[in-house]
Amino acid sequence: MSWQAEVLFEGTASGEVLRLDQAISFWGGVNPATSEIVLAGHPQKGLYVEDRILVIPQLVGSSSSSAVMLELIYKQKSPSALVLGGRDAILPIGVLVARQMQWLTIPVLLMDELPFNTGDHISIPTG
Amino acid sequence: MNLTDLEKSILCGDTGTAGERMAMEIVTEAGRMLGAEQLVEIESSHIDGCLYHGDSGALFCEKLVEGKARVSVPTTTNVGALNLMDPRQCRLPEPQRKMALRLMVAHTRMGCAPSWTCAPYQAGARPAAGSQIAWGESNAVAFANTVLGARTNRYGDFLDIACAITGRAPYYGLHKSENRVATLVIDISGLPDTLVRQDAFFPVLGSLIGRLAGETVCVVDGLPGGATDDQLKSLCAGAAATGAVGLVHIAGVTPEAQTVDMALAGRPPAKVIRISHEMIIESRNQLSAAVSGSIDSVALGSPHFSIDECRQLLALAQQRRFSVPVYVCLGRHTIEALENENLLQAMKTLGVVFVVDTCVVVTPILPDEPGVMMTNSAKFAHYASGNTGHQPVFGTLADCVASAQSGHIQWNQSVWSAQ
Repeated sequence: MSWQAEVLFEGTASGEVLRLDQAISFWGGVNPATSEIVLAGHPQKGLYVEDRILVIPQLVGSSSSSAVMLELIYKQKSPSALVLGGRDAILPIGVLVARQMQWLTIPVLLMDELPFNTGDHISIPTG
Repeated sequence: MNLTDLEKSILCGDTGTAGERMAMEIVTEAGRMLGAEQLVEIESSHIDGCLYHGDSGALFCEKLVEGKARVSVPTTTNVGALNLMDPRQCRLPEPQRKMALRLMVAHTRMGCAPSWTCAPYQAGARPAAGSQIAWGESNAVAFANTVLGARTNRYGDFLDIACAITGRAPYYGLHKSENRVATLVIDISGLPDTLVRQDAFFPVLGSLIGRLAGETVCVVDGLPGGATDDQLKSLCAGAAATGAVGLVHIAGVTPEAQTVDMALAGRPPAKVIRISHEMIIESRNQLSAAVSGSIDSVALGSPHFSIDECRQLLALAQQRRFSVPVYVCLGRHTIEALENENLLQAMKTLGVVFVVDTCVVVTPILPDEPGVMMTNSAKFAHYASGNTGHQPVFGTLADCVASAQSGHIQWNQSVWSAQ
């Protein structure tokens, strides 16, 4: 399968998709130390975003989520890529700051339609 | 993006310091990702990024300091994770505690005014109507747009300080007139006149607006004149806690919305929602996890308590001491005002615990054992259980005072009457 996306940040990644079934704010929703989804009542509570190609159809934005994204990268617990369904800078800013700190960075893509489901294996070759 | 020669020169490192270049890169990259065509110069900034979420944020700010970055516009700080006037109050353990302090210090070293308050607009930062600003902290953003008529998006960690350093923000969203036009009318004219003048009505209406409007710009129709700063503050905070609200036009209050028609830019609204008395009562009830029984604490001041609210608290308490801890969260500017009016000791004698520079839902101050926390703040009620494990009970300030004195939930229902 091939697909096209707008590249917000270049990079390569391949692995298993985790598609968020319900909107989440990273701040309050994802533990920055462990990458576990901790939001009460979220259908994917207990799963970890670490090393997943994280597909985020809908964003809810506590703007402190940039800080959680950066912390995940710093602690080496981050997703291996972000695929966003909407234009937003909050999570990508965490990736940008990580790049400025010369920590590992990950690709970030923007797509209108998100053809991926949890468990799919995909490769992102945008490097 | 269309960048000026100066902006380009900073980006490629020909002008300015390494820290300024980092900041410019963040602002322009954010602009690119958001689809902005240019940057807009700003007149002030309010920084939310001084609250500790992990070591990485502190390391980033220290790198800015090392790179000789300084804020270029008047900049205030939001709450940090520590009460710097009483460091032992917060139980944040080491080594996080040290990093939380380093984060706060890095902001002052960049030239931010150490206001440490979520209500900077009550600490002297009152940008003019129409001015472009880059503010963080959801309630402050909503207040600046709604009450002051200044123009800001909802800024957050890293982008906020980057805007303050560069003096610029991506020109998109609520910075632009066309995105500030209301499309939704929230009509409260059918509510009882006595109800819509109650202090406690405002946070309840706010949390209802946040749920109804989300990111949609709305206009509130039917609020009588004379609403106080504190009432509008609690409305904005409630709305920004339950929805991604940046701007709520209030007809007659918001400078650019002296009438509903002005807020709508003369166009018909996409939707009109008439607020009923039942909707207000339901919204109020959603703020409470308990309706009777004992309470373990009262938390006031989200957004930070003002000097007027402190005076009201003293008047309601009538010198009768509290039987549970009453945490009053406020900025050091209000502590100073209380000292000047000789009210600080009177509040301490009642049993008030002052929480300065921070607040009880962002850092561990409340006891670890879960309890019942009463509040008059929709924002505290919204965040209490998730952030602290304490169960919220919402009431008027008078209810909070009476409950703190008796140790049990006291509700005066007549305030909410349909008559």
